[in-house]
Amino acid sequence: MNILVCIKQVPDMETKFKINSAGDWIDEADTAFRMNEYDEFAVEEAVALKEKLGAGASLTVLSIGPERVKEAIKKALAMGADKGAHIQDDECFRKDTAQVASMIADYAKDKGFELIFTGLQSQDRGSAQVGPILAVKLGFNLVTTVVGFQYDAGAITARRELEGGLRAIVKTAAPAVITCQLGLNKPRYPTLPNIMKAKKKELAVIPAAQVAAGAAMVNTARAFHPERKGAGEMLQGDIAQVADRFVKIIREKTGLI
Amino acid sequence: MKALLVAESREGKTLPSIYELAEFARMAGAQTVMLQVGGRENPPKLDGKLYLADTKTAGELNPPLHAAMIADVAMKEGVDMVLLSHSPYGWDLAPLVAQALGAAQISEAVDYKDGQFITPALNGKLRLSLKPATAKVVVTLQAGAVAPQGEPTGTPTVEELSPPASGKPYEFLGFEAPKDGGVDLGRAKVVVSAGRGVGKVENVELVKKLAEALGGELGATRPLVDAGWVEAGRQVGASGQTVAPKLYLACGVSGAAQHIAGMKKSEFVAAINTDPEAPITEVAHVTAVADLKQLIPAILERLKK
Repeated sequence: MNILVCIKQVPDMETKFKINSAGDWIDEADTAFRMNEYDEFAVEEAVALKEKLGAGASLTVLSIGPERVKEAIKKALAMGADKGAHIQDDECFRKDTAQVASMIADYAKDKGFELIFTGLQSQDRGSAQVGPILAVKLGFNLVTTVVGFQYDAGAITARRELEGGLRAIVKTAAPAVITCQLGLNKPRYPTLPNIMKAKKKELAVIPAAQVAAGAAMVNTARAFHPERKGAGEMLQGDIAQVADRFVKIIREKTGLI
Repeated sequence: MKALLVAESREGKTLPSIYELAEFARMAGAQTVMLQVGGRENPPKLDGKLYLADTKTAGELNPPLHAAMIADVAMKEGVDMVLLSHSPYGWDLAPLVAQALGAAQISEAVDYKDGQFITPALNGKLRLSLKPATAKVVVTLQAGAVAPQGEPTGTPTVEELSPPASGKPYEFLGFEAPKDGGVDLGRAKVVVSAGRGVGKVENVELVKKLAEALGGELGATRPLVDAGWVEAGRQVGASGQTVAPKLYLACGVSGAAQHIAGMKKSEFVAAINTDPEAPITEVAHVTAVADLKQLIPAILERLKK
């Protein structure tokens, strides 16, 4: 059985972001990138299923983006994916969700995937659209926001998170796209021997021009820093002074202490 | 402009998010019609036409079927915009409806200005102004982005909607309540929450001590619960508990929208964070830009006095 896991590499969220010269996204200089956190849960779930199914199951990890995304693919290979595919696209950040989903669908359409895992959303754009659109494009079933997953000979039983900690138990069938919520499992850390092994695994490079993206449905007019409403006071500097002031403000404003 | 508002319902009860959708549509100057899959007894308290499908036939949770109904009504009514909540229900439906309509989708809109939608990016540190390239658009609205004005008092004109035959297998087997009910943080006067910025599991103890010293309860963000550092019953946010204490003290909490949704009704918000640009500082009345490992012991000392 062929399984696909789609991952994205995203900027470290601790970065002090600067806007790029085109004004439509961040300036990537001096920015560290890592695997999208939601996708780590997707990789873990896919690897665990592949291991459970044993011989005959094959897991491919796919990512779209510039050269740097190979690092994220290699991490997934070290976590246990069998082979990697990199759709090389330096302009990926300008593509909208429908285009990204179209590219994945075009790549995946003739490869006989039964299950496609991906994160619920990316940490950078957070649209939660690519997985569902991919399911539509491929005619697959779809379960999103998954916090529990069971697969048995084509039948899928999933726990799907709702609001306030409530969960729904739902059933569907392969082929399906599963979008993974945080906490679905405990993503493994790649061990050194597995990192070494991953270097020998196949990593196919596909130029972006070889997969069809179609036209954009959404354009980014502008990226900007939110206006700081600045109602709050900022305390910085000497710890003792900050602590004095912090306690004093809380005491005066709440009367609790 | 004409908008279709999709109301959410849980076990026969209308969720209040519909009133935020109505307010957003009003701000955008749109005429509205509504659609809900829910119970007949408890429709949204809003005037206007409501397409109502019964959960008995359409299912409590059946995204392919619900999306098909929404797309049908959107087509029939000739709406320019379909508006849903940016919630687990909306995450499923919005892309399916958008694809069925050949429409662009905007996720987690917080504002609408001159034909462009404003959405957060990069954990709330940036905003994007997005412009749909299609005639129709499907939008999910961030919880709490707009505040409905006053108590809703309207009565909708109900039009029955029967579900079409579903081509997709999707079976809803039932609900599962949260594992441990835990503490009722909603009643606490003081909630001191730990976020990922605590760094290590040992530092959760420090935050807990601060909660105790302030006579409050320990809360946590989702990543800490997922990591097993704090029990699930103490999670604050859209997928955890909603709190409104007199004092909310956020320690190492960046302030993701999902978390803010659960604590922004707090009377006074204080934050300890090393990042002066963290989104939590937007809602905090006071922020101490400091390492909590140093600052919390200093605060504890002062509280003893």
